[in-house]
Amino acid sequence: MKMNIHVKDRVAVVGAGITLFRRRLLETPRELAWEAAKMALDNAGLTLADIDCVVIGTAPDAFDGIHLNGEYLADGAGGYGKPTVRVYVGGGTGVFVPIAAWWHVASGLCNTVLAVAEEKMSPAHPHPQGVFAYIWDPVLERPLGPNLIWIFAMEMRRYMHRCGATKEDIALVSVKNKRNALDHPAAQAAANITVEDVLNSETLVWPVNRLDISPVSDGAAALILAREREARRITDTPVWVEGIGWSLDNTHWYNRELGYPRYVQYAARMAYRMAGIERPWKEIDVAEPYDPFDYKELHHIEGLMLARPCEAPKLLKEGWFDRDGELPTSPSGGLLGVGNPIAAAGLMKAAEIFWQLRYEAGRRQVKKPVHKGVAQAWGDLMQVGTVIVMSN
Amino acid sequence: MVRVAIVGIGWYGFKPSVPELSFREMMFEASSRAYMDAGVDPRSDVDAFVSCQEDYWEGIAITDEFAPEPIGGVLRPTFTVAGDGLQGIAQAYMLIKTGYFDVVAVESHAKPSDVESLQEIYELAMDPHYIRPLGVANPFFMAGLDATAYLERTGATREHLAMVAAKNRNNGLLNPRASYASRVTVDEILDAEPAVYPLTRYEIASFADAAVVVVLASEEKARELTDTPVWLEGIGWATEAGTGSPEWHLWGMMPSMRVAADMAYSMAGISDPMGQTDFAEVEDRFSYAELVALEELRIAPESAAHKLLEQGVFDYQGRYPVNPSGGSLSMGVAFEATGLARLLEAVLQLRGEAGAHQLEGVERAVVASWRGPPTRTSMVAVLSV
Repeated sequence: MKMNIHVKDRVAVVGAGITLFRRRLLETPRELAWEAAKMALDNAGLTLADIDCVVIGTAPDAFDGIHLNGEYLADGAGGYGKPTVRVYVGGGTGVFVPIAAWWHVASGLCNTVLAVAEEKMSPAHPHPQGVFAYIWDPVLERPLGPNLIWIFAMEMRRYMHRCGATKEDIALVSVKNKRNALDHPAAQAAANITVEDVLNSETLVWPVNRLDISPVSDGAAALILAREREARRITDTPVWVEGIGWSLDNTHWYNRELGYPRYVQYAARMAYRMAGIERPWKEIDVAEPYDPFDYKELHHIEGLMLARPCEAPKLLKEGWFDRDGELPTSPSGGLLGVGNPIAAAGLMKAAEIFWQLRYEAGRRQVKKPVHKGVAQAWGDLMQVGTVIVMSN
Repeated sequence: MVRVAIVGIGWYGFKPSVPELSFREMMFEASSRAYMDAGVDPRSDVDAFVSCQEDYWEGIAITDEFAPEPIGGVLRPTFTVAGDGLQGIAQAYMLIKTGYFDVVAVESHAKPSDVESLQEIYELAMDPHYIRPLGVANPFFMAGLDATAYLERTGATREHLAMVAAKNRNNGLLNPRASYASRVTVDEILDAEPAVYPLTRYEIASFADAAVVVVLASEEKARELTDTPVWLEGIGWATEAGTGSPEWHLWGMMPSMRVAADMAYSMAGISDPMGQTDFAEVEDRFSYAELVALEELRIAPESAAHKLLEQGVFDYQGRYPVNPSGGSLSMGVAFEATGLARLLEAVLQLRGEAGAHQLEGVERAVVASWRGPPTRTSMVAVLSV
């Protein structure tokens, strides 16, 4: 890759939309996608006629229960008669959608791009976890009948062991994020809870308790990206995409050091290099690390180099990552608080950084002044990191 | 402006079944050949990797987990496009155009011989509210409706559709990748029992196992790597209505192909595709699709593709050969790799490496693919040397 290249037209985010994250039985996936897309268009003061290209994100087709799901969602996402593509990196898809939208604009091919992520998990019977029975290597792993929460439990256990973190330390993430989500109008699992509540909730796979995990959700989110010339016309407060990065590790998760997400670090390095950021822990003002499980947020904070390896639990206890802290993380409430419609949840994180950098987050606005923010998602078999850095 | 070139291409399979290798091994074979062809080391020279695949075909949820290793993309920027290989080429094109990426690899593969329940999977691609409840056993009925609407609109007859199938099945006889080529005549095709009216089984492409990998590079890098770059002059892709909107679909037409073609042509500066290009590799998973595609690509005037076909314009020896490789009717449909199969054949022709079915003096080609019913997405590329 070439870095430090001359960029004629920067890429900006100019609008965002999000649906309520809930069990949305009354809406089809296409309707959910359109609800978010329309909201983003209204937010930017645009109509579908102003959009050149569309990027769709949705994680396993099996959740919506539709083969070739991108084709199905196309017009719901505003892709009628337009260049439309569905990109896909498992759970990392949410943040990857604006990354793909970035290159649609940065390449000069599209002036305006609608990036839509949608997920409808609730119709899966008997439980969406059933879909995860099909993510494994069909020869080596599937016959063992593994369950996704098992490998999270292994990873959490490994992180606790490697870093000397306790379940109490980790539960603080859930407490913080669910509290933050009280101020999010789309939130599904916002609550004022204590560390004891987390520890006393049902044990699913030790050391993972029910309140350590984000809920099953349906929802959609959308962003609009535009090239600088258009962005200046659309809004006085564009938020710039400064850097993008992603990295996919190998399929053999069991051969990895589970205690540290190397792939997230690689993705972050790529994005920081592009953004000219050398000391992310000082230069990033607000972060949305991916938090489907509470330990994951700590894990990803370290992967994003916002804290040294194993330092995150200590900083968390000191309030470093609170909304009024030094480096607020998941001020939105994250997946633990707002909900986890997989692809839409990742895009919700990117949208939160957009709102924070525009000072439009309302009661969720972090206390310190913000200039640069980072959103990150993770996915596949402990495998992929997707990172986007934005500035105002 | 950065120009983008295809500097390497590799393939494996194009057989009804590849029992000797798993899908991952096929990806490895195809990518090794492509990297050898391009003279690049994927671990140090390739900046991003694109894999084009769909979950349900693979029988794996989140199938992109299996993308990185076989193609050398581990701990590198690797991602999946849930779409045809040519949509992956479009992503690679844009990545290079940003200026940050010099070399990008695009992979797609298909192993339909591993799939036990193709029809059931096709059914899952139908809209769950509007179409599935109709209990239509075979989604190819949509192709039948489309073909009938096409015949009705243009005045073409079943003979014309059979002529497409006869042309492509015979073209494939010289192509080593054309497993389904056969010496078949128009009469034999017409006499066969219709599979989905008005199409007989000769007019519906079978499935093939295949993997194709393409290496693309910026002009600067391409000049370093090869003396025979094939330039990607234009690329376009578009989706018509979503699959949940059968009532909005324009039957017997491919509006998405028109949008994609206009996009690709305007990039390549083409106003008269038949005059400015030498041959085309286009969608033909159903015989009628080739005629529709030729009209939407503006290679043939509206409602006149069948007349030009009658005159032999699109024959292998004709003025403007279409699918000299034999197309999907001869090579089989390789799921998301179908578009890359068309691209592969065009690249080999332009480089003069097509072997027994090499065309003389070809310099510019149109490549077009469509994802097939019930989807509504088309991709078009313009290549030149």
